[in-house]
Amino acid sequence: MSSPLVVLLGLSVGTYALKSAGPLLLADRALPPRLERLTTLLPVALLTALVVVSAVGDGQGIAVDARLVGTAVAGVALWRRAPFVVVVLLAVAATAIVRTVGG
Amino acid sequence: MHEGPGQDATARRRIQRQALSVAFAVAPFGVVFGVTCAEAGLSWVEAAGFSIFTFAGSSQFAAVDVLGDGGTAAAAIGAGLLLNLRSLAFGVLVAPVLSGPWWRRALAAQLVIDESTAVATAQTEPAWRRYGFFAGGLAVFVLWNLCTLAGVALAGLGDDFVTDFGLDAAAPAAFLALVWPRLAGTGDRDDGSGDRDDGAPRRVALVAAILAALAIPFAPAGAPILVAGAAVLAVPIRPMGPDR
Repeated sequence: MSSPLVVLLGLSVGTYALKSAGPLLLADRALPPRLERLTTLLPVALLTALVVVSAVGDGQGIAVDARLVGTAVAGVALWRRAPFVVVVLLAVAATAIVRTVGG
Repeated sequence: MHEGPGQDATARRRIQRQALSVAFAVAPFGVVFGVTCAEAGLSWVEAAGFSIFTFAGSSQFAAVDVLGDGGTAAAAIGAGLLLNLRSLAFGVLVAPVLSGPWWRRALAAQLVIDESTAVATAQTEPAWRRYGFFAGGLAVFVLWNLCTLAGVALAGLGDDFVTDFGLDAAAPAAFLALVWPRLAGTGDRDDGSGDRDDGAPRRVALVAAILAALAIPFAPAGAPILVAGAAVLAVPIRPMGPDR
């Protein structure tokens, strides 16, 4: 079997094991009440981390670039209560413009 | 508190828009993945195989990068799995909304990714979290796979087009839009109980942002997301009571 196929199999099986451990082992049991708070706050932490990593992350380092401008524009648009799709489009447009103008 | 069919349809459309937005946000990277595979000498079958069976964006890139650089299969798999450790956390997080027989949960588990978890947990009512999970997961699955194939076909394109068109700002914007209601304290209309706006979400977000930013240079890719999860410890965990 070629290397790519070995990787494909190994990565797929391993990844699926990680994905399914929660759903298969926990079923749909509700968490104890004390942990309910966690389930509302943990998503906030994870989502915020996703914002940060996708906005300034660059492989192994931090890269402050036009993405940050786009993210800031998204923040302004959200503050002004723009619809979801408009927020994303504005961010993309702002980033593209900054890159084009920046050369 | 449950509203009538009119508001149900509104909620459904809102979640669909969110799901499509995140799906279009990651779509360009699917194209880049296809291009990366072609450049690494993979066939379109192998590229498609990754996007169907691994279906975890960043780890797909890492694995193919290692392969393209001449690394061993073990190194490629290891790099990919390290990146996917957060899938374990996401799976645990969405497990409560994946009800039904075990085989249905087993199928749904394949859709456990950043985006499906994000759309699911952005909803305040559990019933809509399930819808959000599947909307986000399926939208990304279809688009990601179509784009992978397109990328292989367009292999001469090069991966500058993502940055040239500012498309890499789509993901942070989409994630920001998903977390915003929790931070602004506005919440979604369909949550009767609602989060008390006691500032905890904003504190958690601030700590999480700092942790993630600090972790990026030091931790392997994907790990900063998990590290930032520790931000919830910044807020004391108390049962939901009448007052703090």
